[in-house]
Amino acid sequence: MKTVARVIVAALLVAGIAACAKKTTTKPDDTQVPSTPTTTAPADTSGRYTRDSLETDSCLRQRVVYFDFDSSSINPQFQAQIACHAAYLSQFPDARVTLEGNTDERGSREYNLGLGERRGNAVQSALSAAGASSAQLNVVSYGEERPVDRGHDEAAWSKNRRVEIVYTAK
Amino acid sequence: MHYRILTCLLAVLALIGHASGLHAQGLSIDITNGNPSALPIAVVPFAFEGGGLPPETDVADVIRADLARSGKFHTLTKSNIVEFPAREADVKFATWRLLKQDYLVIGRIGDGGDGGLRVEFELFDVAKQQRMAGVAISGQRSQMRDVAHQIADLIYEKILGVRGAFWTRIAYVTAVGVSPKIQYQLMVADSDGYNPQVVVRSAESLMSPAWSPDGRKLAYVSFENGNSAVYIQDLTTGQRQLISSQRGINSGPSFSPDGSKLALTLSFGGNPDIYVIDLASRARTQLTRHFAIDTEAVWAPDGRSVFFTSDRSGKPQIYQVSASGGDATRVTFQGAYNARATVCCDGKSISMVQGSGNVYRIAVFDRATGQYSQISPGNQDESPSFAPNGSMVLYAAAEGARGVLYAVSSDGRVRQRLVLADGDVREPAWGPYRQR
Repeated sequence: MKTVARVIVAALLVAGIAACAKKTTTKPDDTQVPSTPTTTAPADTSGRYTRDSLETDSCLRQRVVYFDFDSSSINPQFQAQIACHAAYLSQFPDARVTLEGNTDERGSREYNLGLGERRGNAVQSALSAAGASSAQLNVVSYGEERPVDRGHDEAAWSKNRRVEIVYTAK
Repeated sequence: MHYRILTCLLAVLALIGHASGLHAQGLSIDITNGNPSALPIAVVPFAFEGGGLPPETDVADVIRADLARSGKFHTLTKSNIVEFPAREADVKFATWRLLKQDYLVIGRIGDGGDGGLRVEFELFDVAKQQRMAGVAISGQRSQMRDVAHQIADLIYEKILGVRGAFWTRIAYVTAVGVSPKIQYQLMVADSDGYNPQVVVRSAESLMSPAWSPDGRKLAYVSFENGNSAVYIQDLTTGQRQLISSQRGINSGPSFSPDGSKLALTLSFGGNPDIYVIDLASRARTQLTRHFAIDTEAVWAPDGRSVFFTSDRSGKPQIYQVSASGGDATRVTFQGAYNARATVCCDGKSISMVQGSGNVYRIAVFDRATGQYSQISPGNQDESPSFAPNGSMVLYAAAEGARGVLYAVSSDGRVRQRLVLADGDVREPAWGPYRQR
């Protein structure tokens, strides 16, 4: 069962990363990967995107960052996704995003509200470090209140431990 | 022909009765296991000696169910009751001794003032053939469940020396429907799940109801404006006040024992910390300052300190901090994950969610002995809440796709399930004693 869950998670991750045209190996879901602040997103990307890119660019269309259990560290496979959103945000200073932090159902609801915020803050920091302005970024935590999968197994939980990048102004 | 019409009419009436019965009784109760040391008690159906129809509520049935679900009593099944004394003179103690009953309750219902009813009950010690109590309580016909719960409280106290907590209320949250059309409701019901009333309806999540010490208000968390916010609502007037909607998290409310302050979790400072808001002046003071998640504040019964959850040591554990601030001390050391404390018995006993891996259960920590005991058998048990007399803990559990509530005796020996007819039930909070 666990292997099946891992294969599903791996497949999801591979699909996401292939779209960003960056070769990365996926990690099993229970491996903790320390966050490494990215220093990519050089200034010469200005002019790379149009406003339509949010709907057309395969990297910008990826708007969910998934997390390991009880962790707010951003796994390296999401660095490309964060870099392209940071590039878009720095190119369009009037664009705004809300980072919606979510957790799986395990543990207490109130603590999970804190954990969801911590994940949102981690994505906020990564976007800031990659060139987005902090004025463009807002973090909201829903804790375990908004699961995308209501199942009670790792396959469901791994989909629910996430930060959604939601554009409130494009 | 007449007969057929009558049968049809009766069938329709029966259906209506059935449907309204389901509606009125939002929760149902099963006793999942028993306690061999429970005290045997017989509650005889109360005689109706008034004019007109007897009340809809069978008072003796309600008393019997209360005593049974406490886990402290083993009640004689109604069908095994063969004598129906209504007065001391009619009691044949030999019969009840033969039925191995330690205690006997009898009663009668007559007309009271203002169209109401007067319920008298008597409690006997069968072995000593002695009357232990005799009390009359009056109420309107619609209040007979309240009267029955008060009688059960008196019987409990007379026999066990501890005030009963049957005449109390519980708050909880229900989620009905399928995403994205889920309706959330903050509910209040009697402690046995009867008389469910909707307090708040919302299309967005509701969380963490907390009772004011006088039982008149509920503080809770609502996501109705897209982010968490804390409100206080008056249960009689329906009036509500927005208490906090800062940037970041606004959650985890807990009334101080004197009702003048509200502790809560706010994260506008960069991470979740515990704050206290004075409800009269709205002055806000910060109780904890730590980069970790500090949340789930709950007041010690003496109002001098606050228990809370913090992951400052890596994983969530329970800490205690003075109500005037300062350094926090760690309270729990056993178990990888301890959160959402509920306090009883002058702070001597703490119940919390205790987790390891994928299993989260309710544990009770006796601070005097340092002993932890797990009192729930589930995998995703959460949100424990002590009854005001500490005899039971109400909590939420996942069962298949839905959440259900359980009440478990604080020694873990007797457990009953309270199930909503449909939807997900969560976030229970047991209210304070009510004023007679």
